[in-house]
Amino acid sequence: MSQSLIHARGLTKKFGDFTAVNGIDFDVVKGESFGLLGPNGAGKSTAMRMIGATSQRTSGELTILDKDPEKFGPQIRAHLGVVPQQDNLDTQLSVTENLYIYGRYFGLNRKFLKGKIEELLAFAQLEEKRNAKVESLSGGMKRRLTIARALVSEPEILMLDEPTTGLDPQARHILWDRLFRLKEDGVTLLITTHFMDEAEQLCDRLVVMDKGSIMAEGSPAQLIKDYSTKEVLEVRFGSERNSQMANDLRQLCERIEELPDRILMYTEDGEELLERVYKKGFHPKTSLVRRSSLEDVFLRLTGRTLVD
Amino acid sequence: MILSTAVAIAEARMGMPGEKYYSGRSRAITERAYIAFKSSTWIMVFSGFVEPVLFLLSFGYGLKDLVGDITVAGQPIGYVAFIAPALLATSAMNGAIYDSTYNVYFKLRHDRIYHGMLATSLGPMDVALGEISWALLRGFSYALGFMTIVAPLGLIPSMWGILAVPAAVLIAFGFASFGMAVTSYMKSYQQLEVINVILLPMFLFSGSFYPLDVFPEWLQTVIRLFPLAHAIDLVRGLTLGNISWALVGHAMYFVVMIVIGLFFTTRRLNALFMR
Repeated sequence: MSQSLIHARGLTKKFGDFTAVNGIDFDVVKGESFGLLGPNGAGKSTAMRMIGATSQRTSGELTILDKDPEKFGPQIRAHLGVVPQQDNLDTQLSVTENLYIYGRYFGLNRKFLKGKIEELLAFAQLEEKRNAKVESLSGGMKRRLTIARALVSEPEILMLDEPTTGLDPQARHILWDRLFRLKEDGVTLLITTHFMDEAEQLCDRLVVMDKGSIMAEGSPAQLIKDYSTKEVLEVRFGSERNSQMANDLRQLCERIEELPDRILMYTEDGEELLERVYKKGFHPKTSLVRRSSLEDVFLRLTGRTLVD
Repeated sequence: MILSTAVAIAEARMGMPGEKYYSGRSRAITERAYIAFKSSTWIMVFSGFVEPVLFLLSFGYGLKDLVGDITVAGQPIGYVAFIAPALLATSAMNGAIYDSTYNVYFKLRHDRIYHGMLATSLGPMDVALGEISWALLRGFSYALGFMTIVAPLGLIPSMWGILAVPAAVLIAFGFASFGMAVTSYMKSYQQLEVINVILLPMFLFSGSFYPLDVFPEWLQTVIRLFPLAHAIDLVRGLTLGNISWALVGHAMYFVVMIVIGLFFTTRRLNALFMR
């Protein structure tokens, strides 16, 4: 038995001429929280579906718990809890019925499910909504129910595809808190996201994906250290002057990135850099010093922002 | 031993034939349909059941004196007893078609419900068989309901007529299986209308209201390509007690329909959700 729960080498998926996932390598070990970070269309969801044994790879190696998903689909799916990008709750059923019937799909018996449902309702903070129809739930509640439903079979690996897309900040924080608890309980998390803050909050380790390929791999802190500077100075001169200013600012710092609405200046000390900018006689309309994030890593690797 | 974890349950089936497509738990899908049905509108159930009863009353009792007896296998039969088995077969068909076409189409295209089901340790054939079973249960209940109306009226002259109930199950199974297969290839509601375009003429021309031999030979052949003519001959043969090997042939038509329908539904669900 190898150490990794999920093992991929040269994993590739083509749809006709289009290569959605282009030979990616990664390993996920037990108990860790592993992320696939990338913009929409990077191939994250396609990779997730192959791991979830609901899509067949075109080539490469893939094992989940040492089994090939193409040969042992049902056995592998029994180990997984899947939270898809789009909610696919059963809208004809109530909250409790959704949990119950999902357990039945795995073949679990009624007695076990009775206790399990209570536990999951408490976990998802949906006890008061137990008899409500799915339609009447808020977006955050639906997501929590989808996660609770994925946990009904007590999976070893929980797969979450864009878990907080479309949720308001408060609902996101509640959800993150629930995911932390699962991690503490030893559940391995596999998460895709295009939110850098989510990746930084939730992932022990992640791969940055773009156009079907992996660009970099590491912990959020390590990636920032490797691909960016400690701090970033953001300055705005107004959209028509930004590109002209960029040339003048280039010599003041290690690296700059020019975006349509602002210029990012990479440096170890942002305040000190800002002083030098003023001393040179440049007067940005607004300025902001912040710490580097995974967004900067992505920008460095691909030349593009994560959320277009 | 009672297997209590999802993994143990899935691993117990390892090595079984077709394990990738079938996990032996189509009942869970049927159970889901039942839970959803409990809270649905009962009027939908009622309308499908009432239709053949209305035909029986209107055509049967309206025309019986004008038409007189009809000769079947050398025996004179009252007109109402002649059309009753045809309407029984039709109710089995109607019940089965409703759930296996419109209901399935909605789930395939608009709800993402099959995605959810197939992310578990179920396989596409569990989904196909579970949905088809539910559809055939509705067909069966319509047929049984119709039977409890016509039997006391003396419209089932032969004791063989009791076998009309299992025959109705077979007919419903055939229509449900084939109906779901066809539906799974449909791309719009407009295309789904094709099913209605076929059902109505089939109902009118399959020998429901008069014997098929009023038509020229070639047209009879064409009609017998369609399933309802076989369903009607099968049920009528049983209710009137005209037992022959031909009935086995009619039953076989539905067995083939079930197998073809299940095969293509499973294949299509696999192509749609497991690629």
